Amino acid sequence: MSQHIATEEYNYKVVRQFAIMTVIWGIVGMSLGVLIASQLAWPAMNFDTPWLSFGRLRPLHTNAVIFAFGGSALFATSYYVVQRTCYTSLFSPRLASFTFWGWQAVILAAVITLPMGYTSSKEYAELEWPIDLLIGVVWVSYAVVFFGTIAKRKVKHIYVANWFYGGFIITIAVLHIFNNMALPVGPLKAYSMYSGVQDAMIQWWYGHNAVGFFLTAGFLGMMYYFIPKQANRPVYSYRLSVVHFWALSFTYIWAGPHHLHYTALPDWTQSLGMVMSLILLAPSWGGMINGIMTLSGAWEKLREDPILKFLIVAVSFYGMSTFEGPMMAIKTVNALSHFTDWTIGHVHSGALGWVAFISIGSLYYLIPRLYNREIYSTRLIETHFWIATIGVVLYITSMWISGVMQGLMWRAVNDDGTLTYSFVESVQASHPFYVIRFMGGVFFVTGMCIMAYNIWKTVKGATPATAQVPVPAAH
Amino acid sequence: MADFFQPVFWTLFISLGTLGGIFWMVYLLVSGRKVKLQPGETAKSTGHEWDGIEELNNPLPNWWVWMFYLTIVFALGYLVLYPGLGVAKGVLGWSSAGNHELEVQEAKAKYDPLYKKYASMPIAELAKNEAALRTGNRFFVNNCAVCHGSDARGNRGFPNLTDNDWLYGGKPEQIKTTILNGRNGNMPAWLPVIGADGVRNVASYVLSLSGREAPAEEIAAGKKIFETTCAGCHGMDAKGNQALGAPNLTDTIWLYGGNRKTVEQTIAHGRKGKMPAHKDRLGEDKVHILAAYVYSLSHRQQ
Repeated sequence: MSQHIATEEYNYKVVRQFAIMTVIWGIVGMSLGVLIASQLAWPAMNFDTPWLSFGRLRPLHTNAVIFAFGGSALFATSYYVVQRTCYTSLFSPRLASFTFWGWQAVILAAVITLPMGYTSSKEYAELEWPIDLLIGVVWVSYAVVFFGTIAKRKVKHIYVANWFYGGFIITIAVLHIFNNMALPVGPLKAYSMYSGVQDAMIQWWYGHNAVGFFLTAGFLGMMYYFIPKQANRPVYSYRLSVVHFWALSFTYIWAGPHHLHYTALPDWTQSLGMVMSLILLAPSWGGMINGIMTLSGAWEKLREDPILKFLIVAVSFYGMSTFEGPMMAIKTVNALSHFTDWTIGHVHSGALGWVAFISIGSLYYLIPRLYNREIYSTRLIETHFWIATIGVVLYITSMWISGVMQGLMWRAVNDDGTLTYSFVESVQASHPFYVIRFMGGVFFVTGMCIMAYNIWKTVKGATPATAQVPVPAAH
Repeated sequence: MADFFQPVFWTLFISLGTLGGIFWMVYLLVSGRKVKLQPGETAKSTGHEWDGIEELNNPLPNWWVWMFYLTIVFALGYLVLYPGLGVAKGVLGWSSAGNHELEVQEAKAKYDPLYKKYASMPIAELAKNEAALRTGNRFFVNNCAVCHGSDARGNRGFPNLTDNDWLYGGKPEQIKTTILNGRNGNMPAWLPVIGADGVRNVASYVLSLSGREAPAEEIAAGKKIFETTCAGCHGMDAKGNQALGAPNLTDTIWLYGGNRKTVEQTIAHGRKGKMPAHKDRLGEDKVHILAAYVYSLSHRQQ
């Protein structure tokens, strides 16, 4: 096998820290989602308490699942993958440690300020300017650690997972900085540098690429390492990975205007947003093909390996929601879907089905290796898989039905030219679906709790694993 | 920024970015397709290995490449037909503003004759026309219900429209005027003028008018203040004045609430009522139908 270089060890400590926090923030963020889902079905669930109200907890839910859960998963896996595939330990362990504590501080600040009502009111960028500055510093440090590690790699070629992680890190830095440009007027209040429709355009340029680079490119990096490892199969097509990487990176940046169809945004911008969103279908599916086809010749593994089930079902949901997205970006479809629950269903088929599933699968692979233990119970992983799948299906089907129903009710016109339904009638009709969505959320969180128990039993009393950096095989 | 540059520059800038990017993707596809497997040949490793992971040299799937091309052809076609490349208007001359205008004109041509017919009928008569009331009800639930409630029974600060108590008058034309032009209710804040004691005394007097208990000396003191300060709008008999929108204070109907605390709050800090004007939003014909519906709510045939 491989010889060991004298004393260099992989830095697993920061990977472990982020991996464990991923599970914890997952439970926190998703439980908040379940609470606000219950408020939509039963408004009394806000207990007449301002900081428990939907308007304040909804941004906390999105920030917690995207940046706390998803972010920690990305930090953990990218730090692990970049070390393993570059055959070197992390560049600047102290800076890496800072990114962990800095990122947790950001999340803690979000947990405090958002329920108190401090918000910039920009979706997925609600945090006020001092926290934005901290995010900026942490993110630049992350880039230094990641690219520093790439720079001291022991192999010539950079593995495809690292292209995606790298693309995600650079783009998020640019998006975060430009969207949050603001003039502070107080310790926790600032006004955006942009105004009117330009502010909206910058916001959705950021917003859609938070989806495209944070929730897609980063997690594709995860896919490109953990699927081949868990399946023990080579990646299907190198050529496909090149083409879809560049096409995806180019096209996503243009897709933002589809959030602003039929608004004051100029027609030409809306058109470009729409056609680029449609083109995006193929680059997205390139990733799905490479993920699923990596398993070709080893399909039978899917039957008995619940980790592989998580990973492959994640890629399937990825393919489904990246088909749905371009369709919803077509203006005539958007005229029906915009402002309805269809959008919520679409987001969650991506967020739960793709992002959470690929993270969960990767963590089940990763955590036992970080603690030198076998997983406590493979059967519990299987249970988790099925409960989570039921949860996702309940969630997205209920939102599809209520979304399309809302869209149709809002546009229904009587013979006398009046609207057939008032808004509140569509709310009333949505109620059963809100209850089903709530149940879907309960299933998903239950799965996360099973995972936490399984992980706890696995790592309890374990000594953290250490691993020597091997000498790479000659390229 | 567009103000500082010629539109030509921006059009070139946008077109170059858009078309350049699209053609670059075409180049990626064409160059990516150079990797092919011979018939019967199976994919081999590219020879690189990272942490045990290898990559195969499978070619781009054909169906995927053609799907990619199809979306690109669609995009280019769309950008020829519709506005997209800067100031280029597109062959179809379509614009969202023009499209909206067209739909409005179509709807007007289709529905206006019906509204015109209703508008020519007196409101009191229209209020007995079942079809017109159904139309009025839909106008109401989509425009008025958000404040007055789906059942028109009002809410705190928003009057009940089903009873016979009217702030600005319940005659058909008065209702229509209210909807057309809106109303601005204005109860001034009296605390700076009459002081905290004055507020308490006036509240006692006002409550006594609708038969509520209050200390006699407060009622007497409050009456004095009322007659000099409040009667100008509410009248010496406190029965209100519809010309000013000053409510009747002798009944048990309260716009903001009739408990002592709320009444004192109203006197001390005043109230601002706002009924928005609907003339520009709905047009006079629709307001006429809406007025008939509102009128019918308090004039139901038994």
